Amino acid sequence: MRHLLSPLDFSVDELDRLMDLADDIKAHPDKYKEACKGKKLATLFYEPSTRTRLSFEAAMLNLGGSVLGFSSADSSSAAKGESVSDTIRVISCYADICAMRHPKEGAPMVAAMKSQIPVINAGDGGHQHPTQTLTDLLTIRSLKGHLGDMTVGLCGDLKFGRTVHSLIEALVRYPGIRFVLISPEELRVPSYIRENVLDAGHIPYEEVRDLETAMSSLDILYMTRVQKERFFSEDEYIRMKDCYILDRAKLKTAKPDMSILHPLPRVNEISVEVDDDPRAAYFPQAQYGVYIRMALILDLLEITV
Amino acid sequence: MLNIGGLKDGIVLDHIQAGKSMDIYKYLKLDKLDCQVAIIKNARSNKMGRKDILKIEGGLDVVDLDVLGYIDCNITVNIIKDEKIIEKKVVQLPKKLTNIIKCKNPRCITSIEQELPHIFFLADEENQVYRCAYCEEKHK
Repeated sequence: MRHLLSPLDFSVDELDRLMDLADDIKAHPDKYKEACKGKKLATLFYEPSTRTRLSFEAAMLNLGGSVLGFSSADSSSAAKGESVSDTIRVISCYADICAMRHPKEGAPMVAAMKSQIPVINAGDGGHQHPTQTLTDLLTIRSLKGHLGDMTVGLCGDLKFGRTVHSLIEALVRYPGIRFVLISPEELRVPSYIRENVLDAGHIPYEEVRDLETAMSSLDILYMTRVQKERFFSEDEYIRMKDCYILDRAKLKTAKPDMSILHPLPRVNEISVEVDDDPRAAYFPQAQYGVYIRMALILDLLEITV
Repeated sequence: MLNIGGLKDGIVLDHIQAGKSMDIYKYLKLDKLDCQVAIIKNARSNKMGRKDILKIEGGLDVVDLDVLGYIDCNITVNIIKDEKIIEKKVVQLPKKLTNIIKCKNPRCITSIEQELPHIFFLADEENQVYRCAYCEEKHK
């Protein structure tokens, strides 16, 4: 039995196979519509995350399975003081696979240590969110046809944004990747990512403050939201939140085939006028998220169609 | 030279970095044992200039080599039987530490679930960096 706790749990070859499966699901959805008939997915969401939870539920329903679970710690036995280990042992009796979102880092790992069913980390605090990374990889591969030999611009909160850290760690495994890290000084990529991942892997990257000057070199522009909940002071958040707002004018120098990604939800960092631009890929990205979660559920349940 | 002959059966922890013997005393919970323990601080050493030495009466089971490796991987463990050194063990930086150090990250699951073992993995041997197995936070 296998779990997904970190985006690096799968090798590049395994990821390729998973994305091939997602491609096939996209091309032939009918083929998979009863693949998980009689199987149940438990969504154990100790903190609200409507988008991720619904994406998992849509994935299981598309496969003909059913879903059960809770969407906040208040409505679970955690409110009565039950440990994650105990909860997962009970849930193992009710479901065939589970997706866990927890505010504490490492909670899905604790669950995996005691679980009788595959555990998918659906986000643990500021630590990992592997299915978002798989979504990002599938989106890039689908739009570009490959995952190497490109310049990826990451813009916004590169300090607290776990999706950015995971995406960097996942992309450096492909040849010919270059990064342009666009952020204010206060929200730069943490030193352990620069030193242990980029420098150690001899990955070419530059850190800049200005989005417009970097724009023309990018094949992918990955925008992020400055997350209010990561700041201790309201003043600091307000000072940072409007650092980068992508609009039509800023896109003038962008390549015609550049793709704009965003893990969503957005606040104001991408102007709505960009939504109609053919380079805007953040809503299709959410759809790719369902396909990769479907592929992941099939893979972890060891179901072949 | 110091004579270790006073110990009939037991362990001598030699080449402890000067000043670290009390840390080891604490980590090995030697204060909880009934046996004789001798702490020698700032002993002269040709190799190290100054060193600390701990002499502990009893078997090797009182010493957790992982703890020693974590505190000071240059320590030599001499096993004494009938007043003679019968074995020398060299400790190494352990790959995994369980319940030796604690994760201080308030966002870590170990901060709310007290019964969980605190597990750390050696992430960077050169710089002796350990990371929490759950949240991957660096131990400081």
